[in-house]
Amino acid sequence: MTTTATPVVPQKPWQATPKEIAPTILLLIVSLLASVVIVAMTPMKGKLAYAFLFFVIGTTSLSIRKWRIRGRAAAADAIVSSIALTGAALVFTPVISILATTISHGVKGLHWSLFTQSMFSASYQDPISAGGLLHALVGTLYLILISIILSVPMGILTALYLTEIKGPGANFIQFIVQAMSGVPSVVAGLFIFASIIVTTPIKASGIAGAFALSILMIPTVTRTAQEVLLLVPNDLREAGQALGATQWKTVATIVVPAARNGLITATILGVARIAGETAPLLFTIGGSDKLNWNPFKDYQGALPFYVWKGLMMGTPESVQRAWTGILILLILVLVLFVAARTLGGRRMKSK
Amino acid sequence: MTLPINNDDGDNMSVEAAPSKSSLGDVASERAKAKMPGNAPLGSGLEARGIHAWFGKHHALSDVSLDFAAGTVTALIGPSGCGKSTFIRTLNRMHEFIPSAAMAGEVLLDGKDVYAKGTDVTKIRLQIGMVFQKPNPFPSMTIGENVLSGLKLAQLKVSDRENLMQECLERAGLWAEVKDRLGAHAGGLSGGQQQRLCIARALAVKPKVLLMDEPCSALDPGSTLRIEDTIGQLAQTMTIIIVTHNMQQAARVSDYTAFFLSDGGPGSMIEVGPTNEIFSRPRDQRTENYVSGRFG
Amino acid sequence: MAEKVAPPSPREITTKPRVSDRVFRGTVTGVGMLSLLILTLIGLFLALRGFQTFKSEGFHFLTGYKWESVTSDSGQVTNTFGVGAMLIGTILIASVALVVGVPLSVLCALFLSFYVPDRLKKLLVSVVDLMAAFPSILYGLWGYFVLMPMAEYWAKLLYKYLRWIPIFDAPQPFFERSPFIAGLVLAIMIIPIVTSVSREIFAQTPLDRVQAAYALGATRWAMIKTVVLPFGSSGVVGGAMLGLGRAFGETVAVFTVLNVVFKANFHILYGAGGNVASMIILKWGEAVGDETKALLAAGFVLFVLTLLINLAANSIVKRTLKSGK
Repeated sequence: MTTTATPVVPQKPWQATPKEIAPTILLLIVSLLASVVIVAMTPMKGKLAYAFLFFVIGTTSLSIRKWRIRGRAAAADAIVSSIALTGAALVFTPVISILATTISHGVKGLHWSLFTQSMFSASYQDPISAGGLLHALVGTLYLILISIILSVPMGILTALYLTEIKGPGANFIQFIVQAMSGVPSVVAGLFIFASIIVTTPIKASGIAGAFALSILMIPTVTRTAQEVLLLVPNDLREAGQALGATQWKTVATIVVPAARNGLITATILGVARIAGETAPLLFTIGGSDKLNWNPFKDYQGALPFYVWKGLMMGTPESVQRAWTGILILLILVLVLFVAARTLGGRRMKSK
Repeated sequence: MTLPINNDDGDNMSVEAAPSKSSLGDVASERAKAKMPGNAPLGSGLEARGIHAWFGKHHALSDVSLDFAAGTVTALIGPSGCGKSTFIRTLNRMHEFIPSAAMAGEVLLDGKDVYAKGTDVTKIRLQIGMVFQKPNPFPSMTIGENVLSGLKLAQLKVSDRENLMQECLERAGLWAEVKDRLGAHAGGLSGGQQQRLCIARALAVKPKVLLMDEPCSALDPGSTLRIEDTIGQLAQTMTIIIVTHNMQQAARVSDYTAFFLSDGGPGSMIEVGPTNEIFSRPRDQRTENYVSGRFG
Repeated sequence: MAEKVAPPSPREITTKPRVSDRVFRGTVTGVGMLSLLILTLIGLFLALRGFQTFKSEGFHFLTGYKWESVTSDSGQVTNTFGVGAMLIGTILIASVALVVGVPLSVLCALFLSFYVPDRLKKLLVSVVDLMAAFPSILYGLWGYFVLMPMAEYWAKLLYKYLRWIPIFDAPQPFFERSPFIAGLVLAIMIIPIVTSVSREIFAQTPLDRVQAAYALGATRWAMIKTVVLPFGSSGVVGGAMLGLGRAFGETVAVFTVLNVVFKANFHILYGAGGNVASMIILKWGEAVGDETKALLAAGFVLFVLTLLINLAANSIVKRTLKSGK
């Protein structure tokens, strides 16, 4: 009988050791080499041929190996694993490509006066050092600000209706909110044109654009806010009401503060949803090249509109403007996205 | 017959302890007699050696060594959170599905460690079947398909499907009730029938060992008795390990009983022995407190 | 002598809400109904403004292939408006997007749900969500400058080897800016929504069935095939329909990539065509009077179409999610 003093160490014997992974990696390297050889020897060529051959040879060799050591079921499993991995890789490749091209094309046009000048005295065909996108930046900030004012209260109140009142129509309203989130952005623009710009004194301007964007933003805010409010534990509500507080007091002093970070996240996600929308703006803001500080009057510019114009003119200089504009827009979206994630993540942790 | 004795200092040793037949209780003695090594060619059973289990940093189970002789029924009893469910899930390697899970020790099936490098985990689970707390037949399949689903999942070929289906349902004590509606969906069965269907499903791949994790806790007393009946039948041909909260059940169905307990720290096995001894004269005071209903 | 005791009648429990609560509930309910109002107004205004077109064109507005506003020498204006050609294009492009995007999304969702370790999974899920937040004009720009040159080559390969299938044929070997390429861009755009809906549904797969399969010696794929896919398939169909709704309504990306021409083109590789949304943008610039009204009518058609698809999709997804609980 031996007494061992060494403490028992937690192990994960099911995890693959480097030695077990080695044959797989070796097979993949061999498959890669084989596809290079085959491409060199046959008339097939191009990246597509490499990728296709590598996939076929790699999958086949891995599954044959599994078949030999583990049998048929394991071979099928190996084939599906590599198809799933390939599918996921095909999904993530465009993201990397989009980020990389936007950054590499966009930075070429970055310069300081972009943020201090408008396009009023420059043409899109001029080199990008002439003029700037201040007017578009101001326009986009206005659009975001007014959209927040218009849609956040409505979104949160609708979410409160769905989670706190749970009235007889709650299911139906839920349905409507979902339907609203499927409204194509071009339809939102057309609607504001047909309803507001044609019939009221409000003409194409910042506020008209914000109306159109709000239609897209409200469902996003509502749905996120609803998810967050549902996370507030029911005991909190009951505690409030057991203390004799009215429902209104309970919601205002307990439920909403408890969900505060989440509601901010909902707002940010809503803004991220609309910041880059282009189609509705084409009908509603006029797309001015001039700096306009009044969102209630006269044509307004916006970043997506600036990109759109640059793209449509199609000269190398104007396309450069489009890339630079989209880079700034992308940075804006990324910042919003990371902010929403961090706030959202913190909320989850505190629960 | 080898029985592991758990020393107080946590050091394990196995001693030859042939339980005297006269000391075995009325219920289990007949069966135990028929299953003495040498009488039943059932393989060498299952052996757990120094099993520890962790979930992340949480040490859930400490140093459990236990032998399950072929053809016996062993009941694992103990209060909630004592690690008995965790323990049986380490036996067929279901423990590793929890991402943070870790373990130490060995589980020997016919003398081979199921955690050894290069072991095919799916083959292990084919040999060590499992029945869960809640009946979980596949709702998209018919009763007959459910019975044979294990073969389909593991892509095993079988020559005579009809016979196998009938045999498994008979052994699970369900044949008479469902023989006319094998093509019906499994969702229409009662809870107890569903659980027996799950047993039949586990039997179809011909496991050597059957793990049952509180198989009757979701069932009514009548269904419970039927399942216990089934367990008694099955024990003739295989090794059964059953986790139960119900001490009467442990006394009714098992040959051996192991008592698990956690005193705030990791759960561990306090005592194991022939069932009637554990219930009539346990060696450990804590076991006695538990079986006499003073806590748990 | 037994005196009959009247059975106790149920006592009503009512609480009259206080004034502040009634104001609160009233306000919140009112605002809750606003979204219904907005949706109704969208339909109403577009239908109203487009009414004249619907009246003059009748059913032909949906089936007609012509979009003309001809002013004769005498100043007489003859209008023929029909979105049929663009409806065909809409369906064609969306079909390409679904055929490419849905399998990739399902594979990606399976990969994220069952194959990746937890830590990497969180990152990749964030990336998929980020994809959903990319502006559509960014997809258009990237599709035009980066994807197009590659996709043109793929189109040539398809044309070379598969042109015996009618849809892969082309009247002229002109493969730039085709519905095929627009469909590929849309495929990437619908991937985030289809992936996240599928993932959400796969996550609802009852754990006890998953464990039952593994305990029977299933490999990962065998488990997915017997448990996850039967449970989740209808939900994935719902997710695909949400993607379809998005693909039907997409404007800017399609307009950027596609050579928008008002004609019916059944050849996906041939560089001409359009969908309803991009056609509205194309014609909007020069439209006056009746044509503007006709475009609003086209907007109404698009609105109704996407609304129906979305309602159907949402009810399917909801039903599947519920069945897992």
